[in-house]
Amino acid sequence: MAEDQYKPHPSRDDAAEFRYHRRAFLVMMALFLVAPMVVYPVFVMKALCFALFACAFNLLLGFGGLLSFGHAMFLGMAGYVSAHAAKVWGFPPEFAILAGTAAATVLGVFAGLLAIRRQGIYFAMITLALAQMVFFFSLQAPFTGGEDGIQAVPRGTFLGFLDLTNTYVLYYVVLAIFTAGFLLIYRIIHSPFGQVLKAIRENEPRATSLGYRTDHYKLAAFVLSAGLAGLAGATKAIVFQLASLTDVHWSMSGEVVLMTLLGGMGTIFGPVVGAFAIIAMENYLAELGSWFTITQGAIFVVCVLAFRRGILGELEAWLRRRRAG
Amino acid sequence: MADDIILETRGLTKEFKGFVAVDRVDLKVRRGTIHALIGPNGAGKTTVFNLLTKFLPPTSGEILFNGQDITHDKPADVARRGIIRSFQISAVFPNLTVLENVRIALQRATGTSFHFWKPASSLDALNDRALAILDRVDLRRFAQTNAVELAYGRKRTLEIATTLAMEPELMLLDEPTSGMGHEDVDLVKSLIKDVAKGRTVLMVEHNMGVVSGICDTITVLQRGAVLTEGTYAEVSANPQVIEAYMGTAEAAHG
Repeated sequence: MAEDQYKPHPSRDDAAEFRYHRRAFLVMMALFLVAPMVVYPVFVMKALCFALFACAFNLLLGFGGLLSFGHAMFLGMAGYVSAHAAKVWGFPPEFAILAGTAAATVLGVFAGLLAIRRQGIYFAMITLALAQMVFFFSLQAPFTGGEDGIQAVPRGTFLGFLDLTNTYVLYYVVLAIFTAGFLLIYRIIHSPFGQVLKAIRENEPRATSLGYRTDHYKLAAFVLSAGLAGLAGATKAIVFQLASLTDVHWSMSGEVVLMTLLGGMGTIFGPVVGAFAIIAMENYLAELGSWFTITQGAIFVVCVLAFRRGILGELEAWLRRRRAG
Repeated sequence: MADDIILETRGLTKEFKGFVAVDRVDLKVRRGTIHALIGPNGAGKTTVFNLLTKFLPPTSGEILFNGQDITHDKPADVARRGIIRSFQISAVFPNLTVLENVRIALQRATGTSFHFWKPASSLDALNDRALAILDRVDLRRFAQTNAVELAYGRKRTLEIATTLAMEPELMLLDEPTSGMGHEDVDLVKSLIKDVAKGRTVLMVEHNMGVVSGICDTITVLQRGAVLTEGTYAEVSANPQVIEAYMGTAEAAHG
């Protein structure tokens, strides 16, 4: 073992990592606070909902190593329940969002129990199959409104004093929900549970041999991810006053994979960047019509070929090299 | 006498679609000894290990740990009873630091492993114990290095350190020196001797040189069945062993 005695061994600098995260978080918050003065607020709200959705997905893929191809079921089902609660049951928005989140969490328990029995591609296939079942349920069940969806959902008054019919009030409420979800995900990743989750991602048989019942941890991660994806979907339904089949469709499950990979899987801010990039493209390239899908596909191919770690992944690797060198 | 036996198998058998990989193996490991399982390639050593730790279900036979039947336990439950294994290919958590690797082993006992709302800094309380273990295996200066960056020999050492952190009653080492150079082999040998104090070690080994100096009992496997058992002197003098194993394997003289 003497051979590398005098070679420098690269150390991981957790303190520097934390400083970088804190700085990036402050920059992100500053941008979001002033964004509605510069950009159309509804666009930013849409992107914030998708950013939270992608962060929840990244918790499972980037830190648990589990590729779900059915995450739209949590986004969409939470949207339906939230919209139904607000419109038919007359729930105030905060309780409608909570109801949607709870529904996605419960759905996550059942889907997770079935899916975590298999690994890799089979895990992805089970989640896809379950999501397709949820899609057909949403198409047929009377309360979802089938092809029409649930329209004209009242926004109401948040916590009894924040009038959500005012776009700016709505914007800052959505920003607060996003921030709470984002910080919770950050904490989960940097928690005792997150440590075990990363160990399972790195080497599952070894984690088992140390006495960890890995299925329980994977299920917990799956349910947390489902619940947070539900929070995003439930909020989105209140913002757009609409819950529709688009959000439970399998292409939505694909879109969140794309957002996460484009931004940087396994990074903290990558999914946010990826979600904003994709939503911006959808908004500003919409006039391209069917060419839009082709553009999106081309970007994905370039991303996978040229910068596999995603936008933020590549940026962070470059920063780390510079710090070390 | 029964108390002396920490691990026992009775008629342990594993068949893979008509091929008998492990054939009615009766094994008795005495408490406080270093016991080696040797044999030529394909003798079924690693399969026995996988059966003992329940990574594979046996076709028939029984496994008893401290007199209790563990034949139907799950792998994680076997670990919880105090049987901790290592793997033939180095089993570290590559993108965790050396310190974190050892801490994962210490963490389970804290009962906070499901606490997703607590900061990871709550685990810093384990750092002193983890560093003490790293000191013992001379890896302390690599504490903040990701395990993937370590040289091969050090990865194997880290693996033993992680296993050691579990305070196992019975340590199972699967070819701890495979793929190592001479200096590393000697280091790992003395490390195994050191960590075996106060516990029992069962190791699979290909290299007779490693086995000779440190093992109390040696069981020789051939084609899935026990050929003979005894001390190094007894086993190495057995003509069947010489023919089956030593005569063919270069490593035997190493």
